[in-house]
Amino acid sequence: MTTRREFLVLAATSLALSEAARAQLDPNLAANRKAAFQEALRRIVGDTQVRRGRVKLQLPPLIDNGNSVPLSVAVESPMTEADHVRAIHVLTEKNPLPDVASVRLGPRAGRATLSTRVRLADTQSVTAIAQMSDGSFWSDSAEVVVTLSACLEEGLI
Amino acid sequence: MARAIVNVPARAKRGEIVEVKTLAQHPMETGFRRTQTGELIPRDIIRRFTCTYNGTEVYRVDLHPAMSANPLIAFSTIATETGTLAFQWTGDNGYSMTETASISVE
Repeated sequence: MTTRREFLVLAATSLALSEAARAQLDPNLAANRKAAFQEALRRIVGDTQVRRGRVKLQLPPLIDNGNSVPLSVAVESPMTEADHVRAIHVLTEKNPLPDVASVRLGPRAGRATLSTRVRLADTQSVTAIAQMSDGSFWSDSAEVVVTLSACLEEGLI
Repeated sequence: MARAIVNVPARAKRGEIVEVKTLAQHPMETGFRRTQTGELIPRDIIRRFTCTYNGTEVYRVDLHPAMSANPLIAFSTIATETGTLAFQWTGDNGYSMTETASISVE
């Protein structure tokens, strides 16, 4: 049982904490996350041109709960020794960390697919990038509206 | 005790592409959440998932904090020969989990 005094102390400290948390929030959050996304993209593709197409990223357009969002990626490829998908990367624009998952696969996979569930911190665009065996990169993006975000505590943009 | 569930068809035709579904029990703590007193909860996630088919690696995933709790990973592989598919999840704090499934190919 919480006494009135304990309740007041708790309420006061939690208020003070949320104030402190807000003070710590970086005013350049949006810009920083964009930079982190670009950085992650560069780390994956280097200076290679990323082309649109061949990749199909499927996400529900509207999501109630960002803690568990079904995501699937399928890449068009014959998946033979000579021509297959070497890697699939999933990136987000506004999550605290841009990376979501990186897949390594080869002709033994038969089909270049990934189905999983991810966390999304905000309404944002999600990008899937596939690296082919010839070194080319292909991508697809999807816009997602999130009503209840994952990791609320970090303060949203 | 943590558990893992894998779903692989018991039999398949040679050369057929089979669906593989895996689910590992894990909180996937992001390292961004705080307790009620404002302390950061340390990150604790699965870092890597690998699937090997009779010893040959066919699929590998590097996971990041943006993967949901109890990560589901579904993919496909070609049924080449009768044998076992071995799955391994490794992560922070020495987390390691293995599971196997056998497939008979005719």
